[in-house]
Parts: sequence; C-alpha cells; structure tokens
Amino acid sequence: MIQSIQHLGKITRGSFTKLGRGTIFLLHTLPGLINLLPRPRLLLNQLYSIGVLSFLIITISGLFVGMVLGLQGYNILSDFGAEETLGVMVAASLVRELGPVVSALLFAGRAGSALTAEIGLMKATEQLAGMEMMAVDPIKRIVSPRFLAGLLSMPLLAALFSMVGIIGGQIVGVGLLGVDDGAYWSQMQAKLDFQDDIVNGVIKSIVFGFVATWIALFEGYDCIPTSEGVSRATTRTVVNSAFSILGLDFILTALMFGDN
Amino acid sequence: MDSRVPNQNSLVSVNNLSFSRGDKKIFDDISLEFERGKITAIMGPSGTGKTTLLKLIGGQLCPDQGSISVDGQNVHRLSRSNLYNLRKRIGMLFQSGALLTDMNVYDNVAFPLREHTHLPEPMIRTLVLMKLQAVGLRGARNLMPNELSGGMARRVALARAIALDPMMILYDEPFTGQDPISMGALTHLIKALNNTLGLTSIIVSHDVHETSAIADYIYVLSEGKIAGQGTPAEIQKSDSEWVQQFMTGAADGPVHFHYPAADYVDDLLSSTKSYGRVSKRYGRISR
Repeated sequence: MIQSIQHLGKITRGSFTKLGRGTIFLLHTLPGLINLLPRPRLLLNQLYSIGVLSFLIITISGLFVGMVLGLQGYNILSDFGAEETLGVMVAASLVRELGPVVSALLFAGRAGSALTAEIGLMKATEQLAGMEMMAVDPIKRIVSPRFLAGLLSMPLLAALFSMVGIIGGQIVGVGLLGVDDGAYWSQMQAKLDFQDDIVNGVIKSIVFGFVATWIALFEGYDCIPTSEGVSRATTRTVVNSAFSILGLDFILTALMFGDN
Repeated sequence: MDSRVPNQNSLVSVNNLSFSRGDKKIFDDISLEFERGKITAIMGPSGTGKTTLLKLIGGQLCPDQGSISVDGQNVHRLSRSNLYNLRKRIGMLFQSGALLTDMNVYDNVAFPLREHTHLPEPMIRTLVLMKLQAVGLRGARNLMPNELSGGMARRVALARAIALDPMMILYDEPFTGQDPISMGALTHLIKALNNTLGLTSIIVSHDVHETSAIADYIYVLSEGKIAGQGTPAEIQKSDSEWVQQFMTGAADGPVHFHYPAADYVDDLLSSTKSYGRVSKRYGRISR
C-alpha cells in the first residue's frame, strides 16, 4: 500500500519535473525566433519539411474523412428527410472538430515523430554537442526554426484538411447519393458562422500545432542519446501529443461551444 | 603535485579538479597543465573519463570542485556569451566527427564561418577550400557525410575545427577505429597543423603508439588520479608498474585480467559442493 503511494508520488514528481524542464526549454526556444528574421532561409527549409511534406497525408485523409461523413450523414439525415442539410453537417463537423483534431493527430504522427527522431539522432551523434562547441546555440539554430514552422504549418494544414473534406462530402453526397448541389453549398453558407465556427477551429489548430511541435521538439532534445532512447522518445511524442490534443480539444470545445 | 609552480606558458590549467557522476568519482583532485604550442596527450584506459575532461575544458560540464582556466579565463565562471566567445577560439574534434548530416562537406566546413562571420560568399569559398586542401579533401567537397569513410569524416571534422583559426584544438580519440592508412594520415595532420598553425593541441587517446609518436607531453590517468606524466621517453621508462602495463599492453599486471571473483578452483568445485549440499539435505530429509 505504502509502496504504491510512493510509486504514485514518484510518477507525479517525475512528470512535473519533466513539465518544468519542458517549460524552460520552451522559454529558451522563444527568444531564438527573433534570430530568424535575418535568416528566413532556415525557416523556409523547415516549412518545407514540416508543412509541405505533410501535405499528402493531410489531403488524402481529409478526402476520405469527408467522404465517410457524407455517407454516414446522408444515412442519418435522410431518415428525417433532411438530406439538404448534409453540407452543414459535413462542414460544421470538419471545421469545428475533425479538421483541427484529426489533422493535428496526423501532424503529430507524420511531422512530430520525424522532428523527435531528427533531433534525437542529432543528439546521439554528437551534432548538438558539436554545435555547442562551435559556439552555436543548438536551440536557436535547430529548435527555434522548427518550432515556428510547426506553428505556422498546423493551421494551414487543418484548413486544407477541412476544405478537402468538404469536397469529399460533396463528391459522395451530391455526386453519388443525389443531394441537391445548390442546397449542399447554400445551407452551408447560411448556417456556418465565421466567428463561431471558422475562427474557433483556427484557434484550436493553432493551439494543437503549438502543443504538438513543442512536445516533439522537447522529446527529441531531452531523449537519452542512444538508438533505444531515440526510438522511445519518438513513441512518447506520438502518445503524449495524442493525449494532449484530445484533452485540450475537450477543454477548448467546452470553452468555445459550452454555452449554447 | 600541489607544490607545483603555476606555469606561465600554459594555455590551459586544470587545478585540483574533482568530478563525479552519481556515486562514481571520475576525477579526484587532479591538476594538469597544457603548454602553449605543444601537443599534450591524456591517456588512460576506456572509462577513465578522458572525454569527460575535454567536456569540462570546453565548459559543457561543470566540475564539482576545482577550476579550469583557458587562456587565463576561468571557464566555469564565464557568462554564456563570454563562454561562446571563448569556444570560437577552440576547435574540437569529436570521436564520431559530429558532422551535420544534412549538409555536404563544403557546407559543413563553411558552417562556423557562416554562423560567426559576415564574410562574403566568395571569401568563404576560398577559406573552405584552403581548409579542405589542408586535410587533403578538396576534391570531396560535394560528398555528403554518409558517403565518407570514417577517416575522411574525421578529416572533414578537422577542417571544420580549424575553420575559425582557433588557438587550440581538442581531439577526442582521433585514432579509434581507423585503418592504418587513415591513422597515419591523422597522426601526420595533427602534428603538421599544430606546428604550422601554431596551435595548442590536447589529445585524448588510448592508442599508445600513435600518441607517443606525436605528443610532447603525456599524462596517464587511472581511476581519477594521474598515474604518470612526462615526455613520451620518460613515460616509456616510468617505474610505475601501472604505467608500464598500460604502455606495453600487458594483459595482466596491476590491472588484472580477471574481474574480481572468488578463487577459481573453489568456484568450480562449489557447484559440485552445492549438489553435495542438496543431496545431503535430501539425505537429511529421508533420514
């Protein structure tokens, strides 16, 4: 009994210590963002590897999620004779929830794990220590550009996901199941609110992008510099990102949509 | 050793340094001097903290006690920006080379120049080609680090280490895992660079032969203490049994071949004894 309480205490203390180290790491990362101004090339390279290389997985997943939404939504809505509102249903679920959440989960799996592995390997092969000995701060040089790139990419990827998803819903709903094309788009236009739906979705995706990139970079920087340590850190990135994204999604949803 | 007069000509002095990792004492109150313009070697078996010493000198680790000064500055009292300024004057060659894997050879050597200077690109090109020429790899400038052999990677890393014309280079196990030809090339390079560029070199190594060939002064470390020091010739003639064993590579000596264990014969017989005990016990039960 006592032992299990001790164990619980140890785990709690361990996770708070890690949170603390993570916060210090973040505070070191942020000043480095200013250094990017004279060297936009560093940021552009990272925007490519974090954002552009995630393009394919986001587009294809978005298309399929939208198609499934169209199919399932049609089945349920047609019971009430409300097929016309399919567009609203597809767009609202995508813009409010699925777009930010699913694209963030995919982002953590595609870009986050790659970031952790990259930085972890740089640590394991002494590249970070080497930079330090060359008087180059690895946080400023390596971490900060990746952080900003993640922060900028995520909202764009989420928007892309929602957009492709809406097209996917239209392909199935209008193209295959015969919902009226005009109704699909006009209902969507009438019911979706810019402030409530779109802005809130964008806020969510910014928060998720922040958290997922932070976790990925910190896990890589903090990993045990061996091949085993790197592989563990990569796993932790995906698991911790998924938890944080889903948990934060609930909190954000409660704050944004809780009162209506 | 405490009565030693501080050497005016030393670039790096380590004073009464103690450092431990966990419960393990890695250095126990040691003092070393590294003279300007000389090649000083730190030797000792694996796990004696030779690399740790380089990290302490470079300010990547902090000592528990004692101080290290480089060119008159106490490394661990410096502010971050002053430490970085000091590091710009120190080159370090890592065991793995530590080349940046996403850049080719040219960009790796240009890296410190681009980070720390505002030189125009044509001048950087000239400097990079000069450094690469010095290590004999001007023709390999477009290769990526994964296309290089171990010895070539270390030579590129050496070119990068001298890119900012440092006053001192720290070598971490430069000879480990090299074939005889690259070993010869590296030995020659270290000596030549030290003499032509007027550097101070600190080599951490356990390759007795290569290191003795080029070092001006050698410290032999063992279990956190200095087991012997002197010029290579003095070390060869050292009357310390430990140093003798290390230099000649004898399998047994003060450092035993066998990990501490119970007496061999006893150990072998003890298995039969324990069977005996078991049978006795059974015997007792049956009785």
